[in-house]
Amino acid sequence: MQVRVLLFASVAEAAGTREWLLEVGEHARVSDAWSRVESQLPELAEILRSTRVARNGKLASLDDELVDGDELAILPPVGGG
Amino acid sequence: MFAIVSEAINVRAVAAALEAKSAGGIVTFVGIVRGHADDGRAVLGLRYEAFEPLALAEFEAIGREARDEYGVLAIAIVHRIGSLCVGEVAVAVAVAAEHRGAAFDACEYAIDELKRRAQIWKKELYADGDAQWKRNE
Repeated sequence: MQVRVLLFASVAEAAGTREWLLEVGEHARVSDAWSRVESQLPELAEILRSTRVARNGKLASLDDELVDGDELAILPPVGGG
Repeated sequence: MFAIVSEAINVRAVAAALEAKSAGGIVTFVGIVRGHADDGRAVLGLRYEAFEPLALAEFEAIGREARDEYGVLAIAIVHRIGSLCVGEVAVAVAVAAEHRGAAFDACEYAIDELKRRAQIWKKELYADGDAQWKRNE
């Protein structure tokens, strides 16, 4: 299955892109996609530990199962206002 | 009104858009780009990004909570994204209430919660050429 991962702020800068397409297995969960991001960006380990993940525009938990075509967003610690 | 915009915020228009016929007071907070960081370094500007679907959903949730908690009549939250210079308005929160106490309290609540929860990020650009993504404490 394929999922789209949206990246922002420091994570997007480190990755050099604002979007990744990931191939994941049939019964993959959010945690699997998140681990792939983590392994691609070891230098961001500290920030990634404080990130949250959204799935299709809503905050998700790592246990959530993925569906083909899902859009994930990796959300670093916020800094608005 | 809950919005994320890329152009300059018209603060008067944000307050004017509040629909509250029995309002006795309107409180507006305006967040402005400062020329120095907390550590004293000279700042040239800020760059803001947002995950808009979630950020807007958070604005709406904050608006509902402010109305439920403080009984205010109407609330507007507008945040700007993109590149901002020192002195420009980054965010405006306007609240209408029957009485000023609730309006002040709700306005403070809304901006505090926005800074705590909204999926928005800011990068400080320093005069010495350095830049840093800043997280809210």
